[in-house]
Formats: sequence, structure tokens, C-alpha cells
Amino acid sequence: MTRYFTKDHEWIAVEGSEATVGITDYAQSQLGDITFVEVPGEGSEVSMGDSASVVDSVKAASDVYAPVSGKVTVSNAALEDQPELVNTDPEGDGWLWKMTLSDPAELDGLMDEASYQAFIAEL
Amino acid sequence: MNAINPTGWRPSMGENEPETGIRTFTGNRALQLEEALLFELGAADRSGVDFPDTADIDLSALGPMARAERPNLPGLSEPETVRHYTRLSRQNYAIDLGLFPLGSCTMKHNPRLDEKVARMPGFADVHPLQPVHTVQGALSVMNELAHWLIELTGMHGVAMTPKAGAHGELCGLLCIRAALEAKGDPRDVILVPESAHGTNPATAAFAGFRVENIPATPEGRVDSAALIARLGPDVAGVMITNPNTCGLFERDLKIIADAVHAAGGYVYCDGANFNAIVGRVRPGDLGVDAMHINLHKTFSTPHGGGGPGSGPVVLSEALSPFGPLPFTARQADGSVKLIEEEQAHEEHPQAFGRMCAFHGQMGMYTRALAYILSHGADGLRQVSGDAVLNANYILRSLDDVLDAPFGASGHCMHEALFSDDGFAEGFSTNDLAKGLIDEGYHPMTVYFPLVVHGAMLVEPTETESKAGIDQFVGAMRSLAERARAGDEMLKSAPHLAPRRRLDETLAARKPKLVWKEG
Repeated sequence: MTRYFTKDHEWIAVEGSEATVGITDYAQSQLGDITFVEVPGEGSEVSMGDSASVVDSVKAASDVYAPVSGKVTVSNAALEDQPELVNTDPEGDGWLWKMTLSDPAELDGLMDEASYQAFIAEL
Repeated sequence: MNAINPTGWRPSMGENEPETGIRTFTGNRALQLEEALLFELGAADRSGVDFPDTADIDLSALGPMARAERPNLPGLSEPETVRHYTRLSRQNYAIDLGLFPLGSCTMKHNPRLDEKVARMPGFADVHPLQPVHTVQGALSVMNELAHWLIELTGMHGVAMTPKAGAHGELCGLLCIRAALEAKGDPRDVILVPESAHGTNPATAAFAGFRVENIPATPEGRVDSAALIARLGPDVAGVMITNPNTCGLFERDLKIIADAVHAAGGYVYCDGANFNAIVGRVRPGDLGVDAMHINLHKTFSTPHGGGGPGSGPVVLSEALSPFGPLPFTARQADGSVKLIEEEQAHEEHPQAFGRMCAFHGQMGMYTRALAYILSHGADGLRQVSGDAVLNANYILRSLDDVLDAPFGASGHCMHEALFSDDGFAEGFSTNDLAKGLIDEGYHPMTVYFPLVVHGAMLVEPTETESKAGIDQFVGAMRSLAERARAGDEMLKSAPHLAPRRRLDETLAARKPKLVWKEG
């Protein structure tokens, strides 16, 4: 499994043509306490860069963008009652949705862990 | 069932009086009353009024509508009800109690003269369906106010009816849409700078446009080069807030407006902050095509807490033909005229429709006209001058203890903007704002605009005295120093309010919106 990162602070963990998407630990720390997560509908098609999900925190409502294009297979239903999972375990149980990739080549434009850490170090 | 304070002592009370050690039976502290919920005061099995005996009443006409269970309503007498709401109102903060420094809200004193005028029976008691010949005075007020709004903004026409700022924004964008449709031009992009009000992109999206953001410059103004570079055949218009949410005047507005017009688009200006420029700048001279004016902010109406609002939209000559009915526009002879539905097919045939059923907020028209006429041209110029002076006084009085991110961008306009830069580790804008409650002030606008980390937006308005502002500055300075020094007590403020710090996260995650028994 390979994990990639976007400049908008999403992560995507890829295994073959399947992937899991969430927001990074840095993103959740900037947002503060998350109060509500709107996940994309299962079966919906998303294009790279589309707003696919909305995360509400005590500070702001923020769009989460699809890191790559594809079809949403599963949304994280646990977030409906426990949005705080995105705060406590953003890169684990706080995942937002799983998807199948329509164009794996899009991954080439994303960052790896080391590049992302260097990216946020400069923010 | 639910008697007042059924369990006797409230363990959370009494500890508030560490000096005396006195614990009161009720939890009250003299006139600081511990107010129970309405349902706790009057239980459902009690009643404050005597109902007639239903034994003698034929209920068969109700059929299946007859209620099988008791309504779950609290039973209270009239004095109990009146006292409940009066006690609650005493715990409220209001502009009549003290400085209300909410940035972008222009919470200023509303002259009592304007209240008196609004309450004159001839204005207060009119009904929108009265025969026209009986409401000539009210129509005359609308017409004269329309004249002054057009005059003060240098525009051509005005739609008086929109009910508040966002309603006015929608009105303006619907005018832009109608103008484009009349030309057969399918533009659908609205550009919104980061320095604009948050309602602007929401309005554009609601009106069916696609929204694109334009970045701000490091000095806190719209990046006019980026905006102009984005113009093209798909751009319907721009929405610019001026003065903007960083409290700065958008100096490039005329250049931007000229470029937008040359590219075939229109300019919407969010006029919520008009208080800072009234009597000094006419938006029409800057190339604005549509702008709402918050009568409740700039022209005196008590507001906050949900209303009332009134947001007339002034329009340029290009957009006036499309303004909603009833519409007031300048005539060939220079006068202004209110056009009603009845004359519309001849005199205003391209109106896009209506924004509300009748003529808008009459009570606010009378207040606004009274305000304008009682201040006069010189008075209105002094309003904006004093509002800007007061904001700059606060900005410069505090910029040694609070970071002013745009302090180097020149004078601010009506509001002073600070960030949380320099606070001790773990201390936030929220802590300072909660500390202001202990100091007896309503907190300022916090965490807006989003371009500033931990933003604190302070708008003193022109109605505060120097002594009053100095006291506020003193409170802010004290709190800023505590936040910089890492005073742990500040992290749990407020300590002296009827309630301590509330768990806003829990309230948002698991809101309790309805009272439930037990």
C-alpha cells in the first residue's frame, strides 16, 4: 500500500486500483474540533480536484477535494455519530471514503510522505 | 412533577462567592438570577389559567382531530411568563448597555429621535393593503429616502424592498443576470475576492452562478492584477466588499470596475461597510453597478439577534431597467419616482420580478430618513470621519501588544483587525474573547476574516466617546498581556458570567434543540 498526499492536505492510500481517502493530521490540527462530516454518496463519480466532502469544525466549514478521479465505493458511516474520529485518528479510523481509481496515472502528480512533511514544514 | 429546583441545592452555585462563603437557597446572587427553563418553571400538569369545563362542550365536531393526550406545554400564569422573559432579557447584552465591538456589524447607538419618528401612528400603523390615497405620507417617505440613497451613492435607481444584506446581494445578482439575459449573453462566473464578505460567494452560488476566488495581496486588498487577468467572456461580474473585511479601502476599485466593464461584466459592491465612507465616497463614481446598503447598520435601526434588517439596492443606469418592483428611479427631469406594479408595463417593463410581497421594512425607512435628515450632509460626513478615527485610535493604541497584520498597509477604515500572533503557546483568540465577557463587554468578531490567523475584528463605530474607547482599550491591553504571558486563568474564562465557558464542540456535535422531559 502506498500513501500519497495533496497540497490541499488530503491523503490517499492506494492498493492496486482501490484507494482510501482522508485528511491529514496537519489538516485536522488546523481545523480544530470537527463537529460534522459530510461524506460523498456511495457510487458517486468524483473527478480529481472536485469538492467531494465537507468537514465542519468549530472554526470553519472546509471542502475536501478528490485527490484523484474515480468512483466512491464506501463512505465512512462511523463519522455520522463520531466526527471526532477525524481529530483522533485522521489517517486511520477517521478515513472519509474508499474509491476505485479511474486513472492511476493521476497519482504521479501527488506528493509522497517525505515531500508532504517538507511541504507543511514551510507553511 | 418538575418543581422549581426539585433537588434543592445546586452544587455548582455558591462557589461563585469565594470571599463571603455565602450560599443562597435559590442559587440567585441578589439580582443575578439563576433562571430555570420555561418547562422547569411551569410543569405540564399545571396550568396558569382556568379553562371552561369541557363536559358541557360537544367535541364531536373535532372528529379524529380531538387530542387524545395532553399537550406537552408548560403551565404558567401571566406574571410568571412575563417575569421569565424579563429576567432572561436582563442577562442579554445590548448596545444600550455598552460598547458592542462586533466588526462588520456596525453596532452603533440608534438615536431616540429616529425611534420616536418610527412610532408615529401615521407611519407605524399603516397597512400595505390600505387605499393608496391614505398612505401618501408613507410613500413620500419611501420616495424621499430613495432620493437620498441615490444621492449619497451616486447611482441611478434603487430597489427599496430587499430585507437585509444577503437579500440585497441576491437582488443585485438577479439584476446582473437579467441584464445578461436581455443581451443574450450566457456568462455564468462571478469572481469573489478573499477580502469579500462570506455571504458573497454563497449568494452568487444561490443565484446560479459559478464562483471563483481571487486572492488577496499581502497588504490585505484584492489582487487586482489577478482579478483583471481572470476577466473574459465567461465572467458575469465581480463582488467586492468596500471597505473590505480587513478594514481597508479597496483603492483599485475604479481600475477594476473599468476593466470589468471593458470585458462585458458588472460590478457588485457589498455596501455593508458603507458607514466608513458615507458622505465621502460615492460608489457610483467608482464604477459600481449594484450595491446594497444596510439601513440597519449605517442608518440607525437596532439590530442583531435576527433583525430587523433592510437592504435597499442602488443600481447604475445599466442595471436600473431590471430592478425589481416596486422600483424607484431617477427621471429625465432629475426627480425620482416610485414605480408600482400598475405602471410597470409602461414605465419599467424589464423588471426581473419582486423581492418581497409589499414595499419592504417601513419602520426602517422612517428611521433611516429621520437619521439622514437630522444629521444633514455635514453630520453624515462626520459620522464616517469619526468612525474611521475611532477604529484607527484602537488599532494604534493596541498594536504594541496585539499583532496588526495589515498595520503597515496604511490607515484602516471602520474596523481594526488583529491576529493571535504573539500569544503564549496554547492561547487563542477564543481565550481573549471569553476574557472580554468577564470585563463586561460583548466580544469582537473572531476568526473572521479567514485570511488572518485567529482574527479579531473590532468596530467601535462613531458613537463611542474617547473615555469609553479608552476603557475598552485598557481591557483589551490587559487581556492581550495575559494571553502573551500565558495566564492559565484566561484559558477558563469567563469566570464571572452567569455561565462558565461552554462546551461549544459538544453543542455542535450533539445539539439539544428541543426540551425533553426528564
